Amino acid sequence: MALVRLRGPLKKLAGDRSDHSIEAGTVCDLLRELERAHPAMGGWILDERGLVRRHIAVFVNDECVREDAPVSSEDRVDVLPAISGG
Amino acid sequence: MTELLVGTKKGLFVLEGEPGAEFGVKARAFAGEPVEYAMRDPRTGRLLASVTSAFYGPKIWYTDDPSGEWEQAEGVALPEGGEAALERIWTIVDGEGDGDGDRTLYAGGDPGVLFESHDDGATWELNRALWEHPTRPSWEPGGGGLCLHSIVPWPGDPDRLAMGISAVGVWLTEDGGETWHQGNEGLVARYLPEESREDSDTLCVHRLQRAPRRPERMFIQFHGGVYRSDDAGETWTDIGAGLPSDFGFPLVLDPADPDSAYVIPLAADMDRVTPDGRVRVYETRDAGESWTERGDGLPQQDAYLTVLRHGLDRRGEGEELELYFGTTTGEVFGSADAAASWSSVAAHLPPVYSVRAR
Repeated sequence: MALVRLRGPLKKLAGDRSDHSIEAGTVCDLLRELERAHPAMGGWILDERGLVRRHIAVFVNDECVREDAPVSSEDRVDVLPAISGG
Repeated sequence: MTELLVGTKKGLFVLEGEPGAEFGVKARAFAGEPVEYAMRDPRTGRLLASVTSAFYGPKIWYTDDPSGEWEQAEGVALPEGGEAALERIWTIVDGEGDGDGDRTLYAGGDPGVLFESHDDGATWELNRALWEHPTRPSWEPGGGGLCLHSIVPWPGDPDRLAMGISAVGVWLTEDGGETWHQGNEGLVARYLPEESREDSDTLCVHRLQRAPRRPERMFIQFHGGVYRSDDAGETWTDIGAGLPSDFGFPLVLDPADPDSAYVIPLAADMDRVTPDGRVRVYETRDAGESWTERGDGLPQQDAYLTVLRHGLDRRGEGEELELYFGTTTGEVFGSADAAASWSSVAAHLPPVYSVRAR
């Protein structure tokens, strides 16, 4: 199972736990599974279209990816607010 | 004691004070987050706030104690799997109940959507008739998005509701939201080429209000003109002559006087600041036949301020009418005498998105 790491308000919504092991084929499936396990997270990462919100960054290992990226059981997935600006 | 709920770019500020005096900050919530709108339901005392996190999307929150914990409301979303996402909640309004103790709340948002709650804001349901309206594919957003920003119930009649959507004009229902029709006759889109105006539904309503003691009378601050309707929003007459400009956003009425309206004109759509460097509220007491400048106590030199559509509100009525408005420079001004005189209520706040007085 992939290891998902959350922080800030997402961690709080997910039972105040940062690490979650989830089995899924894609980032979108993984995030949907996370929402199912923690309904309070619904709409916080994915919008109604199933897209990752514009200012959320999802990293699979070291690579920033979109929702259709594949995920394997060895992967580490970090979900965090995208920091940008000057 | 008057309470002001001030939604800002960096959180909600609950101000309290005596009319005519400076107010203090009683509570702050959602630090760092944009709070577009907050209101206190007069029937329950519950506070509701719309917050659009730059990261986590739009949400409605509610609490019975603004200094305590807030709960996230459920159901504030569009149908899953579609092509649209909810962008923002612009307004929350207490409606007329359906009887048997029902308390209805409405929320309007972008993209031109209406939500309804019957449990004091804990859960919400999308109005499907508006969402699936056959004209929706041709709706055009205004500069602030496709925003449903004004919801005006008909006192005593839960079936009748009017709404303003930018830039899709006025929407009316007489069956509790089962069906909707537009009430745009007389509105003139002067921002469109002349030959396109007559049949256009691209009508940029900035704010819509109803006179509660004469509910068939309504007023609009339009993107180019101020309008009045005397037939419940079906047809409109331009009453903007006498104002320093035809552009502005906020609009409030004195509930005691169906002939009253207050607006804060801005110089132009391409120059959204108070005209001539002077901050003035304009008042009519004859249904728009004439307008009177009300700027006593407001900055009258080198003051180029912007007041957004929900930045002006009132408390009380008649001789006890209080008015308050906030600016994008973080100032809040107030009047305790129906706009005759003004003073600073608060300064140094973040940019003000909305003001609600209670």
